[in-house]
Amino acid sequence: MGSRASSLLREEDIEEIKKETGFSHSQITRLYSRFHSLDKGENGALSREDFQRIPELAINPLGDRIINAFFPEGTNKKYTAREDQVNFRGFMRTLAHFRPVEDNEKNKDLTSGEPLNSRTNKLHFAFQLYDLDRDDKISRDELLQVLRMMVGVNISDEQLGSIADRTIQEADTNGDMCISFSEFTKVLEKVDVEQKMSIRFLH
Amino acid sequence: METGHTEFPSGNILASAPDISLKAYLHIFNGTEWQHNISVHFTFVSLFSLFFAVPESCMLILLGLVLGAVVLIASKKQPYQLDPGLFFLFLLPTIVGDAGYFMPARLFFDNLGAILLYAVVGTLWNAFCTGFCLYGVKMAGVIVNAGLMDFLLFGALISAVDPVAVLAVFEEVHVNETLFIIVFGESLVNDAVTVVLYKVYISFVEVGPGNVHTADYFKGIASFLIVSIGGTLVGLIFAVILAFVTRFTKKVRIIEPLFVFLLVYLAYLTAELFSLSAILSMTFCGIGCKKYVEANISQKSRTTVKYTMKTLASIAETIIFIFLGISAVDKSKWAWDTGLVVSTLIFILVFRAMGVVGQTWFLNWFRLVPLDKIDQVVMSYGGLRGAVAFALVVLLDKEQVKAKDYFVATTIVVVFFTVMFQGLTIKPLVKWLKVPRSTNRKPTINEEIHERAFDHILTAVEDIAGLNGYHHWRDKWEQFDKNYLSKLLLRKSVYHKSELWEAYQKINIRDAISVIDQGGNVLTSARLSLPSMASRTSFPEVTNVTNYLRENGSGVCLDLQVIDTVPGAKIEEELETHHVLAGNLYKPRRRYQSHYSRHFMTVGEKERQDREVFQRNMRNRLESFKSTRYKRHKKDRSQKKRKGSDAKEQDTNDKPRRNVSWQDKAVVPVAPEEDKHDPSEPDKDDDVGITFVARKAPETPKERPKSAALDVCQSPVAAPPSPTCGEKNLPWKSGVGSLPPCVSVEATKIIPIDLQQAWNQSISSLESLASPPAPPEPQHPRVSALSRLGGPLRTPAKGKSSGSGGAGSGSNTGSPSSGQFKFPTGKEEEEEGALSQQQQEMQPLMSSLRPPPPPPPPPAAQSAGKRRNPCVYLRSLVTVPPSGAEPQSRRPTQL
Repeated sequence: MGSRASSLLREEDIEEIKKETGFSHSQITRLYSRFHSLDKGENGALSREDFQRIPELAINPLGDRIINAFFPEGTNKKYTAREDQVNFRGFMRTLAHFRPVEDNEKNKDLTSGEPLNSRTNKLHFAFQLYDLDRDDKISRDELLQVLRMMVGVNISDEQLGSIADRTIQEADTNGDMCISFSEFTKVLEKVDVEQKMSIRFLH
Repeated sequence: METGHTEFPSGNILASAPDISLKAYLHIFNGTEWQHNISVHFTFVSLFSLFFAVPESCMLILLGLVLGAVVLIASKKQPYQLDPGLFFLFLLPTIVGDAGYFMPARLFFDNLGAILLYAVVGTLWNAFCTGFCLYGVKMAGVIVNAGLMDFLLFGALISAVDPVAVLAVFEEVHVNETLFIIVFGESLVNDAVTVVLYKVYISFVEVGPGNVHTADYFKGIASFLIVSIGGTLVGLIFAVILAFVTRFTKKVRIIEPLFVFLLVYLAYLTAELFSLSAILSMTFCGIGCKKYVEANISQKSRTTVKYTMKTLASIAETIIFIFLGISAVDKSKWAWDTGLVVSTLIFILVFRAMGVVGQTWFLNWFRLVPLDKIDQVVMSYGGLRGAVAFALVVLLDKEQVKAKDYFVATTIVVVFFTVMFQGLTIKPLVKWLKVPRSTNRKPTINEEIHERAFDHILTAVEDIAGLNGYHHWRDKWEQFDKNYLSKLLLRKSVYHKSELWEAYQKINIRDAISVIDQGGNVLTSARLSLPSMASRTSFPEVTNVTNYLRENGSGVCLDLQVIDTVPGAKIEEELETHHVLAGNLYKPRRRYQSHYSRHFMTVGEKERQDREVFQRNMRNRLESFKSTRYKRHKKDRSQKKRKGSDAKEQDTNDKPRRNVSWQDKAVVPVAPEEDKHDPSEPDKDDDVGITFVARKAPETPKERPKSAALDVCQSPVAAPPSPTCGEKNLPWKSGVGSLPPCVSVEATKIIPIDLQQAWNQSISSLESLASPPAPPEPQHPRVSALSRLGGPLRTPAKGKSSGSGGAGSGSNTGSPSSGQFKFPTGKEEEEEGALSQQQQEMQPLMSSLRPPPPPPPPPAAQSAGKRRNPCVYLRSLVTVPPSGAEPQSRRPTQL
């Protein structure tokens, strides 16, 4: 599978993805074979259903939100074959948000534009999971929806509502009862986002 | 020592229940002789309170030491010893049996590679290094004179990590589950290595080192393979026998636990008889048989097995540690050599650490979650030696191993040092090591929520990126299990019911009881709509709850409406919010603490969470699926006109949907309506997905001859564009082994089969309902579905599919029964047939519990009203539906 998958991937594509995402060559081939095995339609792009077929996602509270995150709003021809599908470039682009920040990258951060796995981008990825209508604000309703996904059934609506209110109060600095991205960043400034939003991709 | 005679009688009790007897002793002492010696009393009390802070094992050893001293002084000789025969025949098997039977099998096999590496390579490394280095020290002339073989033998027996000690100590230190299972698994599996090394060396010592040929070393390696694999096989054979036997004990429930104990023990004895690894045999017997035995035996037998095993194991552990203490006192048995003791201690610590670091470095190349430095420290430090080493060293023949007495003394010191010193300090060590990682600052609510969200995101991304490891062999095994083993080893009723039926029952009962235990406090409707699946599966518990309510009715407010209307306490306290969040936020995969525990039964929290989340996710997918299809049908409407009556029917069909969804409306505030009309819900994409699928669908018309309309409304979720999927999509076509594709076949690994089936069936019945064109009113999504209510008015083809959906959920394994195809002619019979055995068993109970008939349904639902309604949903029993609620909310939840 791996060899076949990598043969389908052109060398120049790999180079481009490497440049864009910072993944290593072997990581790209490895993820491509994963991409290929997810792609049940064998048309070089993943549809929503392809993601939904991943069994673990069915028991992830935020599973469907994360699937949505793979389908960016502004459809760029480069990343999506069609509106409802994501090709390998797009797939890698999303995954690149979770690449750990390596030591040598910290220094050249400012010179070559912001890499996908920067703190801001990681935070923005999380922010967008809340921000369904993409108005760059988390409203109380949006927060409530996510909270409801994340808590067990034992918690009542009133409790959840008050938690949501509190959360917004805590983060809201300009009093619009919404959490903007800058407020979101600010409230999480003490959190080691680089570490907490990174996973180890096997080589 | 004037208290000697007072202490002695209580000493006998001490062996079984040290804490209680200690108290009893204090009591006696206090009551009878307190004026006699009050200072002794206070010493004891302070010691007693000190003991509470230390691990039980240390306390027991100390107690044993005291007892031993007392006995020795009283009788001048030591009558009690930890006898190897007693130890290996009775004490060890109880502990190992318990460990094997309650071993978290999944975790064990997930880490099997690491466990095997540490157990085999690690133990060999320890054994050889310790042996050779001790010999080197001897050559330097510091320690007692003994041959190389003697030292190697000693190294072999002293190097194995001991399961009893590891269990006793790790129980107290809450390390993460992976770490625990690696060390614990290692301690179980390394038995094979120890046994072989021990026996090989013994034979070498017997023939004399000079007569050992090269071939003998290879024989040693071969015997290792035989001992380990043979032991495992014996265990598995007994597991199969045991599972098979329990299949036929329906008439003699009372001896079911006996069979379990006897056969598991027999696995141990048989392996011992053939000089195979008895521990391995028993462990694998326990792991292997558990699934089938638990399914076959009755609830009471299960409880008996569980508690007896845990009790026996605790008793055995207590006895072992106390006897270790007692044995240590007997000076006639050992000879002291400071050099040997000190160098042994140093060597085992150093080589353990070196071995762990080296092997971990190697393992981390392959491990998804690498073992970090702290893990390695804990693993090195947690390499406790215990009673197995002691029993083995006592077994040595003094004629052949001249230095036996020195070895005994050293072993005792090593065991005491590891269990007591390391056992005592490992907890502070773990704490101390972890401190720099987490700040003392309390996280804000935002941080708490968002960080948890991060965790979920990471888990999901790992799953998407396939980093979780796809276990080919596990899938193969599960196929094999499903196709052959389960058929052979499970009772027919169990097999046809559901493999997870019993598990659900247990969880549901517990849920229900906890609801009642908590009185009115948390008795919200959310709480009561047990996160179980269908009412079909939950109503037996309902009867339980009701009985419970009746029996204990005095303290419980039956009218939950009253409780519900009590305004929820405003939680303004930050602390409380944190508390609520901490208790209720779903935990990401890695944070589960579901390891084996001697004293706590696992709570099944994970299962429950998985189920809740799964239900919710599937529901959401269903909703979005529905809404997209609704849009589709708006387009179709021009083509197929329906009469108003049909629309009415749709209307009534629509209402029960709320029950039908997995969660009650009250539970999930993201109400169906919100979902449907939520503009932010990314439905657009799905819509396109439909087009895509619909284009594909005509390629497979022959698979769905029942209703051509199905083709048009193929589910986006349910229809991967492969030609075979359409076939699987229909529940009556899906065999036992092939789950419909909405949830992939791999999902069996993590998602209860019932749920998958429920979901798949709901999807298929959704499709069947969707076959009539869209109703004119937008508030009529055609998901009414699932419920049988709409069945009678449908055309045979449509009714058939929904009916079989219902039947499928009843039989749960989705086995295509012939009855389903008779549906058009005899719906009632079909309906009855769908109630499989277990429901019928409940009939007498239910008839008395059936709720008052629902208010007359709207005219179109008349036929629905006369349907047989055997299921009683808990909610309908105890709550009055809020005013304005549809009468159908009293109807059973059904999938």
